[in-house]
Amino acid sequence: MSTNPAPTGQRERTLEAPHPQRERADNALKTAKTGHYLPARASFLRRTLLNRTAILGAAVVILFAAGILLGSYTVTIPDFFRILTAHFAGGEKIPGASFIVMESKLPRAVIGTMIGLAFGLSGGLFQTMLRNPLASPDVIGISYGASAAAVTAIVVFGASGAAVSGAALGGALGVAAVVYGISRSGTLRAGAGAGTGSAAGNRLILAGVGIASALGALVNFLLTRTDIRTAADALVWLNGSLNAASWDRAGVLAAALLILVPAVAVLAGPLRIIELGDDTAAGLGIRVHRTRLGVVLTAVALAAVATAAAGPVAFVAFLAGPIARRFAGKASLPASALVGALIVLAADYFAANIAPLLLDGTVLPVGVVTGALGAPFLLWLLVTANRKDA
Amino acid sequence: MAVLKAKDLTLQYDQRRVVEGLTAEIPEGRVTMIVGANACGKSTLLRGLSRLLKPAGGTVTLDGKDIHSVPARELARTLGLLPQHPTAPDGITVRDLVGRGRYPHQGLFRSWSEKDDAAVQRALEITETLDLAGRNVDELSGGQRQRVWIAMALAQETDVLLLDEPTTYLDLAHQVEVLDLVTDLNRQRGTTVAIVLHDLNLAARYADHVIALKGGRIVAEGGAADVITEELVLDVFGLESRVLPDPVSGTPLIIPIGRHHAAPKAATTTLELVS
Repeated sequence: MSTNPAPTGQRERTLEAPHPQRERADNALKTAKTGHYLPARASFLRRTLLNRTAILGAAVVILFAAGILLGSYTVTIPDFFRILTAHFAGGEKIPGASFIVMESKLPRAVIGTMIGLAFGLSGGLFQTMLRNPLASPDVIGISYGASAAAVTAIVVFGASGAAVSGAALGGALGVAAVVYGISRSGTLRAGAGAGTGSAAGNRLILAGVGIASALGALVNFLLTRTDIRTAADALVWLNGSLNAASWDRAGVLAAALLILVPAVAVLAGPLRIIELGDDTAAGLGIRVHRTRLGVVLTAVALAAVATAAAGPVAFVAFLAGPIARRFAGKASLPASALVGALIVLAADYFAANIAPLLLDGTVLPVGVVTGALGAPFLLWLLVTANRKDA
Repeated sequence: MAVLKAKDLTLQYDQRRVVEGLTAEIPEGRVTMIVGANACGKSTLLRGLSRLLKPAGGTVTLDGKDIHSVPARELARTLGLLPQHPTAPDGITVRDLVGRGRYPHQGLFRSWSEKDDAAVQRALEITETLDLAGRNVDELSGGQRQRVWIAMALAQETDVLLLDEPTTYLDLAHQVEVLDLVTDLNRQRGTTVAIVLHDLNLAARYADHVIALKGGRIVAEGGAADVITEELVLDVFGLESRVLPDPVSGTPLIIPIGRHHAAPKAATTTLELVS
């Protein structure tokens, strides 16, 4: 800093103005430590991120193949292609194997992959937008909304099949609307604090947790009021399971994803800006409320269609984002989606093929396995997050 | 160049009126400092001058056009805002963060271009953050981080830049550094700058134009030497003070009096010096 008294009006500083020495020394140190020419390092990082996403993609393909080819009923690779060509082009079917692959294993793996992608994206969207790892559709009551509506439809109205899935979808959207409404009305009342997105986010999470526990109570109440066979049907809607996978469900889910995934791609750009805070985003020309609403609607719809297809597979949406972040080094929606698919495929492989060996032939619903993973992961997240803060 | 004007502007949160019937113009190509006591509405005014808060009455115009009738992204190409508490996503690099300032210049189908690269490069150069480009924002010091945020606002390449308390939480050396940087920007690019600033002495030193607010209304505006007087400091801040010419820059320098430490003799001598 210059100590010479300078008259007013001569305040211009050149670009090469002297700079506090300590920071410069600090910079030099850091640059020397990484040992890279910095711009090169940036593109190197980008490549690594892409590579890591590619690794996740490859892992999904491998698990998908393993789910079909291996397990309690194995199929060889040439047989698998023979079955496929026979199914689509006509030709000689392999007795037994054709049926098991085409009607059970393949739709199961396809639906597992799609719900994993949908849950992963949904969780990633919520967690990124609200900057809070707790903000996933299963924690904030969206999945509970789907369960409660489905169980109500089964127990009270005796519904089955597509009607139950439709009820689940409606329940998820209804809960989302209530939760969003509560968090928004809180925002308006907060007045001067309206600009802080994180406060609104915390309200949304708390409102969701409250509604989730109320709906949990409703489901338990309904189960105590019904006979044991209906209760068994309803139970799938509490855990999430791929046991009832069929091509019909896969088709509906695929159609929904064909609309929702491009919507995510469009929203991803503005969402990157909203990460900088609502005020900054508004300054950069984002219509913050409109974008938030779009993100919430898309994320809820993703969770809702996945839940309608396979029930509320616990914690997939919650786990996918943070795992993807640890793996890819930063938040990434494609990585979240792939991790979601990985979790579902791996958990389902375990539930369908390994659990029966350990539990005398019981095939677990996939949601039991993911639920069992969720709790320790939450603890791990808490412990490591505290360590980072300290 | 662009002229930002507020006419009969009323701003409120719910029913609580914060700014009332305010008419002001941010002089083109100059540095304007908005000063006032806590809760006088100066940050709210800045929110109203950008698009963050919709007026309950009156208008804000940029080059004669109501800022709320212009598409958000188009407005963001002319009017930039750096809020008080921007948040950096985890693990983001400096270059990536600064690059996000280019958002209003990109479209749904127009992605990153060489022009964006060049703007980011210029922003990093003028804020002297080029060395930091590959580093994570989380690992920077407070002063470095603030320079990076300013770089992001610069990458937006707007004619008008609004800054809300850009020196909060910085030590004195970094405060001066940030304000020097903003002055460089104004002098070299001709950017119109409006800053909400707490520190009256720094505001007086760096301002071409001062707007003093009290209770959501303008009490005085004009050159620092005309506006910042002992009477104004008493009126706006409720603080007894002496105002002397700053020995470095000649701009007004405020010496608060307070209830303790006053040495009557010394005070009289300085008074004589001033008059």
